Amino acid sequence: MRVCAGRTAAWLALAVVVAFYPLVVPGFWTYQIGAQSLLFGVIALSLNLLAGYGGMVSLAQMAIAGAAGYATAYFGVNSTDLGIALPWPLTVLTAIALGTLFGAVVGAISVRTRGIYCLMITLAIAVGFSLFARQNYSVFNGFNGFAGVRAPAVAGIDFNEPVPFYYLTLGVAAVALGWLYHFSRTPFGMALQGIRDNPRRMRTLGFDVIRLRIAAFALSGLIAAAGGVLFVWYNGRISPGAIDVQPTIDILIISVVGGMASPLGAFVGAVAFVLLQNFAIDLISPDRFNTLIGLAFLVVVLFSPEGLTGIAQRLMRGLRGAVRAERPPGDRETSTEEATARRIS
Amino acid sequence: MSASDVNALELVDVGRRFGALAAVSNVDLTVAQGERRALLGANGAGKSTLFNLIAGDFPATDGSISLLGRDLSGVPARERTRMGLRRTYQNSSLFAQLTVADNLFIALRGVRPGRFSLRRPHRRGDEMQRVVALAERVGMGGWLDHRVADLSHGQQRQLELGMALVGEPQVLLLDEPAAGLSPAERTHLLALIVGLPPSLTVVLIEHDLDIALRAADRVTVMHNGRLLVEGTPGEIRANQQVRDIYLGSQGN
Ligand SMILES: Nc1ncnc2c1ncn2[C@@H]1O[C@H](COP(=O)(O)OP(=O)(O)OP(=O)(O)O)[C@@H](O)[C@H]1O
Ligand SMILES: [Mg+2]
Repeated sequence: MRVCAGRTAAWLALAVVVAFYPLVVPGFWTYQIGAQSLLFGVIALSLNLLAGYGGMVSLAQMAIAGAAGYATAYFGVNSTDLGIALPWPLTVLTAIALGTLFGAVVGAISVRTRGIYCLMITLAIAVGFSLFARQNYSVFNGFNGFAGVRAPAVAGIDFNEPVPFYYLTLGVAAVALGWLYHFSRTPFGMALQGIRDNPRRMRTLGFDVIRLRIAAFALSGLIAAAGGVLFVWYNGRISPGAIDVQPTIDILIISVVGGMASPLGAFVGAVAFVLLQNFAIDLISPDRFNTLIGLAFLVVVLFSPEGLTGIAQRLMRGLRGAVRAERPPGDRETSTEEATARRIS
Repeated sequence: MSASDVNALELVDVGRRFGALAAVSNVDLTVAQGERRALLGANGAGKSTLFNLIAGDFPATDGSISLLGRDLSGVPARERTRMGLRRTYQNSSLFAQLTVADNLFIALRGVRPGRFSLRRPHRRGDEMQRVVALAERVGMGGWLDHRVADLSHGQQRQLELGMALVGEPQVLLLDEPAAGLSPAERTHLLALIVGLPPSLTVVLIEHDLDIALRAADRVTVMHNGRLLVEGTPGEIRANQQVRDIYLGSQGN
């Protein structure tokens, strides 16, 4: 019971902090740090679904988010004469549907490969998509892309304002995160974990491994697309540069640094990344930024394959172990709870 | 399909090569419904490979296999499972990071609709009851919430059997289910196997000749990828070739 209560308390504390955060910090911290972390976290979360539960590491998540961003611009308001301005709910639905479809296509192409080959093939898709966007002027508006993309105003609330936009990203992030925890305990989620651990066994248990993997890619495409809509609203613009190799790899770094095995890790990684990105500039010259990120990446991966959340979990476990050692022997109530905790995480 | 004049398994001239190695060759095997068949043979005789061919882990390079009267060529493993075939693996093939309940639940979902469902199963729903019943059937009722990695080897073998009993199995392939067990655990597992419903067809690979001969109606012995002899336990016990090759290679 104690472990459970501790976990509930930690989640409640986190909820209170993120809910009141914009009320106590300046606009820069709300928007550039808070909202940006949350939306990168959503995109990275789509990778944690694939990698953490499915064992498939995809580098196409930023491309999918970008595709949804482009769709938001094309099927919504933008400052070019390209596109079809739909009412915003339809814009968002179209963008997310296209992102989901893109995810399914990436899945269908890469699903027979594993490990490094899956990385390479999804990287090729991401680069190919970025190059295509750069060269296509009829839909993607080539090198310039789209500017003047704006979030809607609903019921008098303008979501282009920092605080409303922060709460919008927070809402999307919370739903996506909660859903992913839920997903891990659904038949689909458990089958995906089974496939991650032993695809051959899953086949002889009656599962269609290929189709399940493609469906997982589609679901992750849906989450990435939601992040992509927020991404284009946040920047107000999208161009091929936003989806080329660098941002593609940034998502992988966020995921790995935060911890791919845990849904919350996506957001931990995103906060770390956005903080570094914003403040490293003050410490070192901008062109050294990648070196710093690379070093940070290396340090985290070397010390904890499960990323920052892995380090936190180990610390917690250590603390709990110390507490347990002080309790009389035979007090074994935590063991099944730990088993439950493990199967959930 | 389930008319009892149809054989559970029919293998005609089945073979499998791995490069130059013929792991299985020219195997003709017929197992009637409800039969208990033991499959014997020294290490490397091709027993597990034969199971892999029947279950569809990989395809045969020669011959044909039919399950309950249906030709299996081109039928993927998952479809064979949904037709009522179940198997266990020589090395435990469980999801070590998940709990006993989760393992059984995954196995159950494999042969039921809703594999893509995004709704959590109800804690006291019909499906969970089936999981509990399965666990109890293989003596794992008290261990539902335990992680598989924390179980003893014997318990893992029991769970492995439970995984193969989900849904409505018709033909069960058990690959050395008692391997590595203590004598007490062996007896326990053997009792579980002997106590399976008589309508269920069981093919059992077992190194322990005594156990195999006690559990089976008929016995097939393989050697170097080929069938050596087939007969009743009494005939096999008396067969000089079997004594020479099988028992000889077991050593004393
Ligand atoms: N996937 C594979 N690739 C290559 N060779 C294989 C493969 N599987 C089995 N073999 C070979 O086929 C032969 C038969 O192996 P198999 O596992 O079927 O024997 P077995 O009768 O089950 O033996 P044991 O009693 O040791 O389990 C062996 O020589 C083995 O090395
Ligand atoms: Mg074998």
